[in-house]
Amino acid sequence: MSTPRTPEIPENIVVSSRVRLARNLEGHPFPGWAKKADRIRIMEIVRPAVQLVEGMEEAYSQSMDNLTAIEKQVLVECHLVSREHAAKNVGSAIVINRERTLAVMINEEDHMRMQGIMSGFRLKEVYQLIDQLDTRLSAKLPYAFSPRLGYMTACPTNVGTGMRASAMLHLPALVLLDHINKIVQAVSKLGLAVRGLYGEGTEALGNLFQISNQTTLGEKEDVILDRISKVIAEIVKHEQNARLTLLEKNPRMVYDHIGRAYGILANAQTITSKETMNLLSMLSLGIDFALFDDLTHASVDQLFMDTQPAHLQQNHNNQKLVPEDRDGLRADYIRSRLTSVRRPRFAIPPRKDEKDAH
Amino acid sequence: MKCDVCKEAEATVHLTQIINGQMHKIDLCEGCAKAKGVSDPTGFSLADLLLGIGHGDTPPAEGQATTEVRCPSCGMTQSDFKKSGRLGCSRCYDTFAEPLAPLLKSMHKGEQHVGKCPPGRAENLVSAERLKALRRDLDQAVKAENFEAAAELRDRIRKMEQEGRSTKEA
Ligand SMILES: [Zn+2]
Ligand SMILES: [Zn+2]
Repeated sequence: MSTPRTPEIPENIVVSSRVRLARNLEGHPFPGWAKKADRIRIMEIVRPAVQLVEGMEEAYSQSMDNLTAIEKQVLVECHLVSREHAAKNVGSAIVINRERTLAVMINEEDHMRMQGIMSGFRLKEVYQLIDQLDTRLSAKLPYAFSPRLGYMTACPTNVGTGMRASAMLHLPALVLLDHINKIVQAVSKLGLAVRGLYGEGTEALGNLFQISNQTTLGEKEDVILDRISKVIAEIVKHEQNARLTLLEKNPRMVYDHIGRAYGILANAQTITSKETMNLLSMLSLGIDFALFDDLTHASVDQLFMDTQPAHLQQNHNNQKLVPEDRDGLRADYIRSRLTSVRRPRFAIPPRKDEKDAH
Repeated sequence: MKCDVCKEAEATVHLTQIINGQMHKIDLCEGCAKAKGVSDPTGFSLADLLLGIGHGDTPPAEGQATTEVRCPSCGMTQSDFKKSGRLGCSRCYDTFAEPLAPLLKSMHKGEQHVGKCPPGRAENLVSAERLKALRRDLDQAVKAENFEAAAELRDRIRKMEQEGRSTKEA
């Protein structure tokens, strides 16, 4: 029952790290208040500057009105474009570097929302990346900046650093043990926000949570990054402990979840994306517990992405499908991917009555 | 944790709301929560609530709308801002400085930007402004006989002055 994989676990708990900076140009109204002509003018200033900046060579650049609904949604599912930005059309654009580690949304809520994103727990590395892009752009574009309030943003919640740092955490054991609410409360007292990454309100699909800073004024970037990193490390420790507790105190319960997840995914004929996310979370936990010989995190992550609605449709001739058809297609796809994956091998401890009989 | 509205009673109602993908948070005491009508957390606008802070008892009369302050740069009025919770342009921060001050205070850790500045452009301006603010804080701390804070502020001022000199020499 021992799992000699601990060194890997932190990587698997912190799924990705992201830092987003909000920046605006001096002397132009913010996108939400600007007239269409203003927005187009702003885009004409910002877009070439971003395309030509060092680090953005051969970037993917599209104006939002040139993208289909499915294409936009694919970018949302890849975390490269916000839901709000996907709803934009004429006068808004997106520029993404080849590695997909940098993305600049033009005329989202601010003239620029630039983000750096990497897999794993690499907030500081991600900040360096986006900080460098920001510095290079600031040499070309006159930012709206005040010594007292820092970078001016459309929403006063972003003013100051304009920085939102976040990490996506996979916390299945804390959810199974019902400890997650305590964690959420403790973290929000520290000026950080935790929320389910998918789903409405407190519902967290796939046991994925996003933790981010709430405040942007009055603290330096590295102080904010330090605090959030410390809190993430702490949550990771709690999740690791919760996993050990589950294995020690209630292996049957956690193995049951993992076994059922495998059973359903390998056999379902129709399945929603919500159920898929929740079950894939259990497969992922099974990998961390070394229960699967044929599964890797990379293959589960790929399944997670490919089974989201827009990805599914894009890989199906870009055809718009009604939800029922998507659910069938999704189930077929998952089954085909799991045919060569053997069932989990559990080291199940004896039942109570078996122990008692001897 | 103290209530964000009255700043007196202990906050027992903790609200978060996601507006355009942004999480907004406010902590209220029982009384203020009731007074603001937040028994139904989905039925209120956090921006309104926060904007009401500091002058919650005197809502502006309807007739005042005609003489309302308007941003000279982008034309936004305070009621436009209240409606959307978003400002019209960077100048709006000056135009609505008064209603914004308590809002910013309740949202953030401080009232003075201390982070990154656009390199080369604003640095000098920034440190001059910051020094001024620090000296002001120092005066206040001394007056309030808060010597611990005063000592810390004095250190920070000295450090900034030294840094300023070394960049000038360089
Ligand atoms: Zn109160
Ligand atoms: Zn304005």
